[in-house]
Amino acid sequence: MRRWQLASFALFFGLWELAGRWPVSPAFPPFSHTAVGLWQMIADGSLGKAYLITAQPLLLGIVLCAIAGIAFGIGMGLSRSIEWLSLPVFIILQAAPMAAIIPLLTYMYGIGLTSKVLAVIMLAAPVIVMNSYKGIRNTPPSLLQMCRSFRGTRAQEVLKIVLPHAAALIFTGLRLGLAMGFIGIVIAELLITPTGIGDLISYHSSTADYPKMFATIASIVAVAAISLHLLQRLELRLFPRD
Amino acid sequence: MTEAIVEVKGIGKTYDNGVEALRDVNLSFPKGQLSTLLGPSGCGKTTLLKIIAGLIPRNAGEVLVKGKPVEGPGAERAFVFQDFALLPWADVLRNVAFGLELRGTPRPEREEVARKYIAEVGLKGFEHRYPAQLSGGMRQRVGLARALTVDADIILMDEPFSSVDEQTRRKFQEDLLDLLRHHQKTVIFVTHSIEEAAYLSDQIALLSPRPGRVSKIVRPNVDHSRSPDEIRRDRGYLDTVDEIWGMLRQYV
Amino acid sequence: MKTLLSLVVWFVLWEIAGRLKLSTIVPPFSAVIEAGIEIAPTERFAKAAIITLRSFGLGMGLALAVGIPLGVVMARVKGVGRLLGMWVNIFVSAPISALVPILMAVVGIGETTVVVTVFLFAVFVITLDTQVGITHADRSLVEMARSFGASRRQLYSKVLLLSALPEILAGVRLGAIRGVKGVVIGQLLVAIIGVGELFEVYSNNFLMEEFWALVVIVFLFAFAVSEAIAALERRVEYYAASR
Repeated sequence: MRRWQLASFALFFGLWELAGRWPVSPAFPPFSHTAVGLWQMIADGSLGKAYLITAQPLLLGIVLCAIAGIAFGIGMGLSRSIEWLSLPVFIILQAAPMAAIIPLLTYMYGIGLTSKVLAVIMLAAPVIVMNSYKGIRNTPPSLLQMCRSFRGTRAQEVLKIVLPHAAALIFTGLRLGLAMGFIGIVIAELLITPTGIGDLISYHSSTADYPKMFATIASIVAVAAISLHLLQRLELRLFPRD
Repeated sequence: MTEAIVEVKGIGKTYDNGVEALRDVNLSFPKGQLSTLLGPSGCGKTTLLKIIAGLIPRNAGEVLVKGKPVEGPGAERAFVFQDFALLPWADVLRNVAFGLELRGTPRPEREEVARKYIAEVGLKGFEHRYPAQLSGGMRQRVGLARALTVDADIILMDEPFSSVDEQTRRKFQEDLLDLLRHHQKTVIFVTHSIEEAAYLSDQIALLSPRPGRVSKIVRPNVDHSRSPDEIRRDRGYLDTVDEIWGMLRQYV
Repeated sequence: MKTLLSLVVWFVLWEIAGRLKLSTIVPPFSAVIEAGIEIAPTERFAKAAIITLRSFGLGMGLALAVGIPLGVVMARVKGVGRLLGMWVNIFVSAPISALVPILMAVVGIGETTVVVTVFLFAVFVITLDTQVGITHADRSLVEMARSFGASRRQLYSKVLLLSALPEILAGVRLGAIRGVKGVVIGQLLVAIIGVGELFEVYSNNFLMEEFWALVVIVFLFAFAVSEAIAALERRVEYYAASR
């Protein structure tokens, strides 16, 4: 396992280095320059500061979204009328390019934290809600019948069977929601007013400091990838698949 | 003594994980007869069958078909799968004709042959149904028709009736014998059911497990001219079943 | 039918919210429809739509042409699967929009950047789902085909691709949805072409009716594309379950 991963990294960074040295575009720095730029930004604290700023709306948005989204998804799963009203909307929202609405948020809520939190929520909510909903709906009928055969009440059915079974999909929904959250915050910071990571990207882009611009972008992709990977491992630990 | 159409000599097979599945297996399968490989789970009978079919490689020994060594699959051997292996997106007619389709036989010709065998296995009228619409028993008939359509001399059957219910299974066994009376095929059959082996076979090779080896060859003393129900109460049949059970009991 | 009724309820709520002026940016539904009918036949809209559709089509075409074969190779050749698998997995959930500034710097500001954005948004999920589909193709069917003497080409054309088709189509549908997001985000960031430009113009000039009309049109397009592919998926549904 390890060897393949190393080879994979080596291949990717090797190609990057070669591509950077090819005189196709001055704006594409080789891997080595990017790595140096990354180190410089870590050293002077600009990267750290940017992440602190970016993390706020991201985490705030995800937490709010998780609480409300899971609750709503569960409601959708348990109540046919809520499902009837909300399901078509969320199906559309999942497929829709929500990014188009993000610039609009600035009118309502200005260029501050609120807009960015809303951007995260708008992108992450559909997938969190849908996964929670599916988790509830997909309870195996045989388990429900079993509960009924032992004369369990509806409340017991929900608490002891439906919810524990749904937990796995709910967690998956959170993980996917976080992925969407990263997407949302990046778009928000590039489209609304740049702060945090988006600001670093724009600044280094405008000053043509391509190694640092690339390094920032690579770092956000890496942070997203690592946090999602860790969540996935946690998910497999908590909910082993048979 | 009928000549052997298939012979295996010194067959050995070890899996990648180090487990020795077969060791020094020597058998000959007489032409035109139904030979069975019988044994408990893990004795390597399916492995041996697939080696004869050329579907998995062996580590030692050789497989001779009509006196010549073979490596991979060949036109003279056709396989019937335990889980039917039907193309779910194709109808019965296309599935049965599939072997000929792969050989490039033109469509009208291969469909004509397929229709003939579809009728022979009792599925006339079902040519345009899809596997999802068929019961397990019917799906296996499709598998059998497909093997017959390619006109192979040797049919290899891997626990073909284990995925169907008991009643269907009995009917199948009877129909199989009827079918084989009309077509001079050699059949190599794998099963774990002693009754099935005793009912169908001209020759039974008992395999012992871990590693798979031939422990005994039994020739059932069954009079196939009688009716199926009479056979199942016949002395010779019942004695064979007991004898085999006595030999296999120690491995359970 | 029930779905339609549910949406009608939402449209009615939208109408009420708009008339009550609950929010400055939400005009009544009827006004949005009116604006939509007005802008749809205009030349400006047509030009924007053509550019957008062109970028979308090219990007998706590239994503299919690269993604599906790559997924097949990754499934059938162990080494390739292991080398590239990690990257495909990373980029499938990564914020690809972060890469758009790179594209703008390297490729320039224009349609090419948008096409590449669509490609990047769509290709990874297509590759992944194709790989999964081929890997999980029924081994029994492959063995069966080999037992009847299938050549390698026959194995692919008559068994593997068909067996994996439900997964491939699912991947294509997800890829198409992402592609629509890609074309919108790409154009918003590039800001001078297609519907992205229109969004910019409408929101800058506070033409809320037009803005929402465009939103509805783009959302409808995304939905239509998704449903079109879902229809294809339904056509193979009859055998997807019994594999």
